[in-house]
Amino acid sequence: MDGVADLGGRHGWGRVPVPGPEPVFAEPWQGRAFALGALAARLSGTNLDAFRHALERLNPLDYLADGYFGRWARATELLLVDSGVLAPGAVTARSANLRGDVRPEPAPPQPCKPDYASTSPGSLREVTTAARFAVGDRVRTRDLRPAGHTRLAGYLRRRTGIIEALRPGAVLPDTHAHFRGENAQHVYAVVFESRELWGAEAEEFQITADLFEDYLEAAGG
Amino acid sequence: MGEDPAEGLSAALRVEALEQLLAERGLVDRAVLDGLISRYENDVGPLNGARVVARAWTDPGYRSRLLADGTAAVAELGFSGPQGEHLVVVENGPGIHHVVVCTLCSCYPWPVLGLPPSWYKDPAYRARVVREPRTVLAEMGLQLSKDTRIRVWDSSSEVRYLVLPQRPPGTSGFSEEQLAALVTRDSMVGVALPGTPA
Repeated sequence: MDGVADLGGRHGWGRVPVPGPEPVFAEPWQGRAFALGALAARLSGTNLDAFRHALERLNPLDYLADGYFGRWARATELLLVDSGVLAPGAVTARSANLRGDVRPEPAPPQPCKPDYASTSPGSLREVTTAARFAVGDRVRTRDLRPAGHTRLAGYLRRRTGIIEALRPGAVLPDTHAHFRGENAQHVYAVVFESRELWGAEAEEFQITADLFEDYLEAAGG
Repeated sequence: MGEDPAEGLSAALRVEALEQLLAERGLVDRAVLDGLISRYENDVGPLNGARVVARAWTDPGYRSRLLADGTAAVAELGFSGPQGEHLVVVENGPGIHHVVVCTLCSCYPWPVLGLPPSWYKDPAYRARVVREPRTVLAEMGLQLSKDTRIRVWDSSSEVRYLVLPQRPPGTSGFSEEQLAALVTRDSMVGVALPGTPA
């Protein structure tokens, strides 16, 4: 989706923090958020792709407000509300009560987990159909602009690159995140020239992304 | 939208509320949460990756296996787990420098590096390193020579990347342990070089 999470190439973010020593969790709540996020898919009856989609569906202010672990907590809450494990507003009401407010809390709703079951652990799958592309092929990324989940970043749409490796087959996040099937398919490492992506004035470098077969078409030439 | 900033409810309060709501209904076991936190604070981190790199620097056969099948070679040293289903190791060399990012979220090779550092998750890094990597690396303290080519790897599928840095000069005869001590987290993501002997 064209959401806040699709950051590649965006201007205006300023300088990158200079790396230095830091604890894994700077504050205790960050560790709790991480652990809850790690369990979110199981608790909500969903999957890792749905969790990533929950992250990008957050309101942009919520996505950015409390950093990485803040959005993990928000995405966890979103999946649990979607699945009827938590009532909308339950976390806000409880947080306020923890602070000392006295607020009514909504009762737990009827669970409505998606009709979803994984065919096997993890995301990698054996794909038995022939790969459509081979190493060295020129490919063009399709003009996909779904409102739902995709792993084709906006900056890589409608760009021409070269297949440089085949990766293991994997479930297609675009449908898997929405419980519309695993659609396991071939994945390709595609290398792009920086000037194909950013124009003639760009720094000279190459970038590789791992792209699902559905994202690609033959470029010819 | 934005209801909580307006209400002044902190992330710490919200997370406590979330955990409480789940724990009081028996949906999460607090001991399981504690275990996960402890695992990523104490057991799974860049020291794992440093052992992989040091082994590759000292054992040419291991280096070949690592570059051919990163997942299997890393598992030889006992490292596997979430966010490590398929590891690809890219090797720096004279004239070529690799750097890793995840523009869409913050995908990172947990089994060898642990959880990502804050700069890796920062929107500025995710936005800019795919657009002006040479500038970004210089800002982060890594000046690459003009004739060093840059390869950026955007972790857009379940493939995870580990950079195999060049072995620092002046380390011939170093043991694997001595070498591992020079391997930094940042050098295995590609935003720094490994340390040099004191």
